[in-house]
Amino acid sequence: MADKVKLYDIPEEEFLLPGNRMCAGCGLSLIYRTALKALGPNTIITVPASCLTVLHGMQGFTSVDKISVLNTPFATVAASASGIEAALEAMGKDDEVTCVAFAGDGGTTDIGIQGLSGAAERRTNFIYACYDNEAYMNTGVQRSGSTPYGSFTTTTPIYGKTEHKKNMPKILEAHDIPYVATSCAAYPLDIYAKFKRAKKIKGTKYIHILSPCPPGWGFSTKDTIKMGKLAVETGFWPLYEIENGKFSLSTPSKRLLDPAKRKPIEEYLSTQKRFNRLSNEDIEEYKRYINQSWEYIKSKNLTTQLL
Amino acid sequence: MTNVEEYQVMTGNHAAANACKGARVQVVAAYPITPQSPVVEKISFFIENGELNARMVRVESEQSALTACVAASATGVRVYTATSSHGLLLMYEILCWAAGNRLPIVMNIAMRSVGAPWSVWTDHQDAFTVRDTGWIQMFCEDNQEIYDTNLQAYRIAEDPSVYVPTFVNYDGYILSHTSMLVKLEPQKKIDEFLPPLKHHLNLGDMNVVMGVCPVTTPNIVKRAEGTAPGYYEFRYSLQRSIENSINKVKEVHDLFAEKFGRSYGNGIYKTYRAEDAEMYIFAVGSVASESRLAIDKLREKGVKIGLISLKLFRPFPTKYLRELFKDAKLIVVFDRDIGYGYEGILCYELKSALYQSINRPFIKGYIVGLGGRDVNAEDLINGVYRSIDLEKKNEYSEQTEFIGLKLDELDFLQKEVK
Repeated sequence: MADKVKLYDIPEEEFLLPGNRMCAGCGLSLIYRTALKALGPNTIITVPASCLTVLHGMQGFTSVDKISVLNTPFATVAASASGIEAALEAMGKDDEVTCVAFAGDGGTTDIGIQGLSGAAERRTNFIYACYDNEAYMNTGVQRSGSTPYGSFTTTTPIYGKTEHKKNMPKILEAHDIPYVATSCAAYPLDIYAKFKRAKKIKGTKYIHILSPCPPGWGFSTKDTIKMGKLAVETGFWPLYEIENGKFSLSTPSKRLLDPAKRKPIEEYLSTQKRFNRLSNEDIEEYKRYINQSWEYIKSKNLTTQLL
Repeated sequence: MTNVEEYQVMTGNHAAANACKGARVQVVAAYPITPQSPVVEKISFFIENGELNARMVRVESEQSALTACVAASATGVRVYTATSSHGLLLMYEILCWAAGNRLPIVMNIAMRSVGAPWSVWTDHQDAFTVRDTGWIQMFCEDNQEIYDTNLQAYRIAEDPSVYVPTFVNYDGYILSHTSMLVKLEPQKKIDEFLPPLKHHLNLGDMNVVMGVCPVTTPNIVKRAEGTAPGYYEFRYSLQRSIENSINKVKEVHDLFAEKFGRSYGNGIYKTYRAEDAEMYIFAVGSVASESRLAIDKLREKGVKIGLISLKLFRPFPTKYLRELFKDAKLIVVFDRDIGYGYEGILCYELKSALYQSINRPFIKGYIVGLGGRDVNAEDLINGVYRSIDLEKKNEYSEQTEFIGLKLDELDFLQKEVK
């Protein structure tokens, strides 16, 4: 389980320089800035086609400092990490250098899932971080496997998405890897703690981070943190860790085991344009979906307490 | 062959695996496919019994296999992979990525036809299909040549004037699964020929910060921090390096010949009974091998014909071929592949290369042996006689001609196709 982190534990050293190409209010900028502080300079990151490619900037001029990066085609980030890790092992450097794959939800839940599953099954020693902005944002807000129910995208323009999002952390949990965690851009201390924890563990580590996206979700750029917090506080996006099979809810989500403590899901859905045509039935469906996912968490929690 | 005891009997796939061991590759990533699989099985064995100190990434697809090779190479180690047919096509995206990043990866293609319909037997369609991805490409005719060419390929690809990934191709089954005598060289001698990799990319060196392969722009970018090339300049540089690599291919071949006493023509093409030839067969791989038999029989009948077996296909040795064929009357090209809607790929590549020659020879192409259909000397001889006839009449056939078809045994197909 990740150690408690206080604000002053986070190093002042910056790896993500100001003036990058991210949109105003981008959740990924916050996630990446914090994750790099936790990972530190002895890190090689591999990145597939994604908003993160854009963040890294154009040939010759990057906004990422002190960290080496290998870009790779869309479907291949986990295989790319496997190659880096194999080479580091061949060089005898695998203990001193951290290998990280950093991908969006499309590169993870859709086109990259085969490579990720393979790398996890092979027990590849790397951290896989998925920043989840819940659609193909870099290509203009198309539906992905991670897009939530009822969400309007440019490829679900009239009816909205008719399916719930794919539960990727659950899929990785089924791979029996030593560390699976969820986090959210609105909780930098949580992100920092989980990357720190993952760095210490040998084997495949998976961290799935919700990343509010102002243009894709349709909210004001000043509200990124607010959206991230609402996603967690309504119970839509529970924060947790599973280390060696032991489940633990992270602090911001702990009290939400009690449904009465959860904020109404309407507060989250009504403040984003992508949900602006949801019917009452759709909102009821959301309530059912959230209850169901918490039933699963309760069962996990109970099992762990019995262990 | 002076001393038989120095030789071992092995398949082409095992010759390839032994070359990997000799080259001391550090990371291997591969996915099984017929007829390549025994290469990877043998390498796995070498690694598990401690004969080869390398990491094996047993990936879940060919796309991942080549990606892992790309990433490992960019991290700074010597890598290897092998594949065939559909596996190669699944790698297509990453083939371009490897070349664009200028990574000295060596890959064997155990050549096999491409579906549909399913066929696991040999032809050269897979290898020719990937000719425009930016790799150096060489063909082999026997198992010793596979072993020797693989060793040369690392030295060529890793040369600082080159840094281009390299394919070494051999026919599925005909070489991949056929046992022949192969001489394996002592490690010390190989190490002298092939020094450790000095890479221009080395992500594993934590003293240097690198951003490998970020987004480029249509134009160069000038800023206070410096000037960055555009995509166009990168691609120009790849083309120039591949074009210029022909000198390195020849140089490495000659060095190899000097050190190990085996040579393959001039390293670019091999000849057979070509000294006084007026006409030639032009082919690669298994088709070139079979052509040797055809040429012996034609020579018995007094036909002055020789073989040019092309070893180096990319870069295409235009200058060498113009010189070689400057007095040729007729060239017969047998393609075990096809550019659908046009003609045999080797044939039109040769036509294009000789277009600007002063004396343009008559070039006649045939398709042979797709999907493992036997290519026999009699068929090739018939093709040569028909070509001699066409040349005399200066007559070009408008449709691509296939040798060895059995349409007459398939009435329904004959009606449909004709």
